[in-house]
Amino acid sequence: MAEMKKIATRDSYGKALAALGEEFDNLVVLDADLAGATKTAVFQKAFPQRHFDCGIAESNMMSVAAGLAATGLVPFASSFAMFAAGRAFEQVRNSIGYPHLNVKIGATHGGISVGEDGASHQCCEDFALMRSIPGMVVMSPADDVEARAMVRAAYLHEGPVYMRFGRSGIPVFHDESYQFQIGKGEIVRDGKDVAVIANGLMVWEAITAAEALREFGIDAMVINMATVKPLDEELVLEAAKKCGKVITAEEHSVIGGLGEAVAGVLGEKLPTPMRRIGVQDVFGQSGPAAEVLKYYGLTADNIVKVAREFCGK
Amino acid sequence: MTTNEKKRLSVIACKVRMGIVESTHSAKCGHPGGSLSAADMFTYLYFKELNIDPRNPKWEDRDRFVLSKGHTAPGLYAALAHRGFFPVEDLKTLRHTGSYLQGHPNMNYVPGVDMSTGSLGQGISCACGMALGLKHQGKTARVYTLLGDGEIQEGQVWEACMFAAHYKLDNFVAIVDNNGLQIDGAIDKVMSPYPIVDKLESFGFHVIAIDGHDFDQIEAALNTAKTVQGKPTAIVMKTTKGKDVSFMENNAGWHGKAPNDAEYEQAMHELKAILAELEGN
Repeated sequence: MAEMKKIATRDSYGKALAALGEEFDNLVVLDADLAGATKTAVFQKAFPQRHFDCGIAESNMMSVAAGLAATGLVPFASSFAMFAAGRAFEQVRNSIGYPHLNVKIGATHGGISVGEDGASHQCCEDFALMRSIPGMVVMSPADDVEARAMVRAAYLHEGPVYMRFGRSGIPVFHDESYQFQIGKGEIVRDGKDVAVIANGLMVWEAITAAEALREFGIDAMVINMATVKPLDEELVLEAAKKCGKVITAEEHSVIGGLGEAVAGVLGEKLPTPMRRIGVQDVFGQSGPAAEVLKYYGLTADNIVKVAREFCGK
Repeated sequence: MTTNEKKRLSVIACKVRMGIVESTHSAKCGHPGGSLSAADMFTYLYFKELNIDPRNPKWEDRDRFVLSKGHTAPGLYAALAHRGFFPVEDLKTLRHTGSYLQGHPNMNYVPGVDMSTGSLGQGISCACGMALGLKHQGKTARVYTLLGDGEIQEGQVWEACMFAAHYKLDNFVAIVDNNGLQIDGAIDKVMSPYPIVDKLESFGFHVIAIDGHDFDQIEAALNTAKTVQGKPTAIVMKTTKGKDVSFMENNAGWHGKAPNDAEYEQAMHELKAILAELEGN
């Protein structure tokens, strides 16, 4: 396969904010001393009067965002996933979620592809935490095109939204005509033997794996499930019905994320054999992103391995 | 303040206190102590200070009030009800299943409530966000928040204080109800937040210390706050927890306990006597 262009979705986030800022005057951005890393600095440069640094105080930032939203502004509050969803969980739940305020959370550096910073900064729990808040939309884009479309969709959505972006560059496989819709999964590749439901950087891994699986006589369907909540149940059921086997793949703990969301739907409505690829209830570690991902089995190779075992081929 | 004006406010404050006793008695739980200590401030804010319209609670140019010490909702609800935001009779539904008067305020259910609060330390940050949002949009509306003196043990309060001073939120007033007691006892025994005035000054606030049961002092402090430019104002008000119900006064046990039937009768008897004296004069 030809070398793909790679872009980190945090860069997409900053770029999308700056573009939306041109269009919508009521969009404001908050950051917690990480504007350079979360890429909100791109917005800050274009609209310094609409970018508010809150310092290293994420809890305050989330509640401030709630107050801003209560005056009619649309705040995008940004930090690393660990601090946005982790440290400030209760502020997100009580200040934003409970009153259902129109706050958008842009959490970068999600998952273990943070790499060298190690486990303290590799948040693999954010989907679980954010999914548990009533009314919260939880999303993670698969590439640059989807990430930018997602930021726009989040702005246009009325209510709280959590978006997770990555630190490392990932292949851009969508073209600009791609239409993103909150709560709708995308069949990236059709197939009939096993359905791989993935999000974030695992979508490209799944696409790569599906190509490799052809050699072993396995025709894999690949679904990009960018919205973890509300989950596209219809598509999950359709894929399970067609393939009879489902693999989920996410850069997140197997506890509480996409895998469990899919398992919940299938368990109740269409019990289907499943395998869950993700971080297996362990903390991450330091190392270059690619090496760390490999160590924890978040690769196309591991999807191939799991799918072959699963299909007995 | 004229004698008549003071009498008018005192009468309302007494009725607000009756509402607190009525509602917590009906709920068989709730937080009367800190509601009673702040009753005079609730009264002044809702009957003199805030630019609000009970017929249009979501009016976008209104002043905002955020009850950061959300557990004293009975005091806020009583003030809102008497101000005409909803029927006074509804106070008796406090904490009942299906009532819009939740144990802690919900902005989507209760007309006049500007922010959902209850988890301590968050309301002040929300209020800062509102103050920044209003300023950013060129509005002259002001934002007030009421904190407990135990609540300021929360680290987030000080994050918010830094924020308020950093963004020069001179449309923002943080009021600390210094009744000296929290659930486990005296605040300086549990975890002393003192010296409160010095701390707030060092965080960049213009600080005014007052007696929170003296309408003249409340008025002077809030009027001064409007003249302060380039920095937020904090009002640290010394109050009596359980104020005007003799057996609740200065007793931490009444932080989060409702009066039983006999205590209810006693409390209402005392408040009615205060009201009669006020209205008789």
